[in-house]
Amino acid sequence: MTLPFMVLILLMNYVPIGGWILSVFDYRAGLSLFQCEFVGLKYFKMIFTDRNIPKVLTNTLVFSAIYFAITWLPMAFAILLNEVQHTRFRKLVQTVSTVPHFISWIIVYSLAFALFSTDGVLNLFIYKLGGSERATNILANPDIVYTVQTAIAQWKSLGWSSIIYIAAISSIDQEQYESAVIDGAGRFRCAWHITLPSILPTYVVLLLINISGILNTGYEQYFLFKNSVTAPKIEVLDLYVYRMGLQLADYSYATAVGVTKSVISITMLFLANYIARKIRGSAII
Amino acid sequence: MGMVTKSSTSRKIFNVFNYGFFLMFTFICVYPLWYVLSYAISNPQLAAQEGVTFLPIGFTLSNFQQVFTLDGLFNSLLISILRTVIGTSGTVLCCMWLGYVFTKDRMPGRTILYRFLIITMYISGGMIPTFLVYRAYGLLDNFWVYILPYLVSPYYVILIKTFIEQLPASMEESAMLDGAGSLTIYFRIILPLSMPIVATIAVFAGVGQWNQWFDNHIYTFNTKSLTTMQYMLYNYLSEAQRLADELAAARGMDAIARMQQSLTPRTVRMTVTMITVLPVLAIYPFFQRYIVKGIMVGAIKG
Repeated sequence: MTLPFMVLILLMNYVPIGGWILSVFDYRAGLSLFQCEFVGLKYFKMIFTDRNIPKVLTNTLVFSAIYFAITWLPMAFAILLNEVQHTRFRKLVQTVSTVPHFISWIIVYSLAFALFSTDGVLNLFIYKLGGSERATNILANPDIVYTVQTAIAQWKSLGWSSIIYIAAISSIDQEQYESAVIDGAGRFRCAWHITLPSILPTYVVLLLINISGILNTGYEQYFLFKNSVTAPKIEVLDLYVYRMGLQLADYSYATAVGVTKSVISITMLFLANYIARKIRGSAII
Repeated sequence: MGMVTKSSTSRKIFNVFNYGFFLMFTFICVYPLWYVLSYAISNPQLAAQEGVTFLPIGFTLSNFQQVFTLDGLFNSLLISILRTVIGTSGTVLCCMWLGYVFTKDRMPGRTILYRFLIITMYISGGMIPTFLVYRAYGLLDNFWVYILPYLVSPYYVILIKTFIEQLPASMEESAMLDGAGSLTIYFRIILPLSMPIVATIAVFAGVGQWNQWFDNHIYTFNTKSLTTMQYMLYNYLSEAQRLADELAAARGMDAIARMQQSLTPRTVRMTVTMITVLPVLAIYPFFQRYIVKGIMVGAIKG
């Protein structure tokens, strides 16, 4: 009864991993692998001479660096939300802020387009308030690509990412707070000395897991928000693989880039797992 | 006394900023959707002339009716519904069964098979090899490419396995003593008790299916009849001019469209955006409690 499922996993997941072998062949569409020339590490060596790689790697690392620099935001969001005493308002914020997570990237793109494009509502407001006549379009401004895309990504994920911390906070023993208050601690000190240390382990675990994904920024958001103006700054590794492989049909080279990326990610995941085992005694995967 | 006054003053200032921040954040989350809704229920001509800000201008629901006259829109709604219904039930059935069998100690080769599944969470073939392999399977321009890759998800299997493990073992044991087989136990005992986790998985898988568009973009973009709602919207967003032409052509032929309320490309985009996002928004209040429960089960394990 379990066998058909295992065959399915084999076909849908493992055979594509076997497809990594394309990276050492000169694969051309329409030919079988046996008809293709074996080229060894040619395509892996090409990565180092490809003049696009420094650019897309920089973009990837900048997006990841910004992401890591603000990974504490969901935690701060949860702590601040916990300070809201009006229960119904707190629940409302939690509900509303989670909605964007369940909206597809196409919708997010459509909303951003409606708001920020030259004929968008932002320009309408600026115009109505007597602002400049020249329309602005923050989605087509090469100087603020990183900021705008990070803001949009946070809009989509902040509320959702904070749920895990909100749950962690709600499981903190209330007696801790009560005795701290008796000892004269205010709410700020309670948050700093009780709430924060209680949820910090969760933060560290999530951070360790995410570090291995530093090169995996995904492609949906960048694919949609890419235009002729933002292209040089928005093209990340995942998107580059897509462009080389599916748009330019350079299958072998795109596979080599993808394989390299996967190997680095897996190595980093094991490293993170090892570090986690050292510092907290239990593995994360 | 002085201390108390000081701390309550700073407390008040903090509260003002804190409530202010969350009010603003809530507004930022709601306003884009509210704006698009307002535009979608506004008279297209008035909206184009005056611009919508907070409220609809010249309220109308006919935009929703009219966009369905656009070529292929109704079909794409059908495809989206089909992939969501078939994909979700398939995923739930497969992952439930796997989650159940992996709780069985006596299952032969359990550890190895479980690892075989879990590894796929961390390693994947990547976009290009997966594309080429699926093409070799004949999945290009094939409806089943929307279903098969998502049937078995290691993450859902972990959630289900964790859930079943915390069910009381006594019921299953007594059923086994009565001579019930694994299948009977599964359908008579495990499945009915697992409805909360089934709901959680169904929500995750359903929203995932409804929102998925990239598979449409790379595997089935050649076949118009397989276009999903999401991808339809993407096409409208990226081809504003073509859409305007199509509307102009339709206006020439269609009697209804000759009336004053003919659509503008912007109204089409807003209305289709609304149709695409509405199912998620409509069921969100009902599934909200399941998702929180669901990720907590996962978090405890992970």
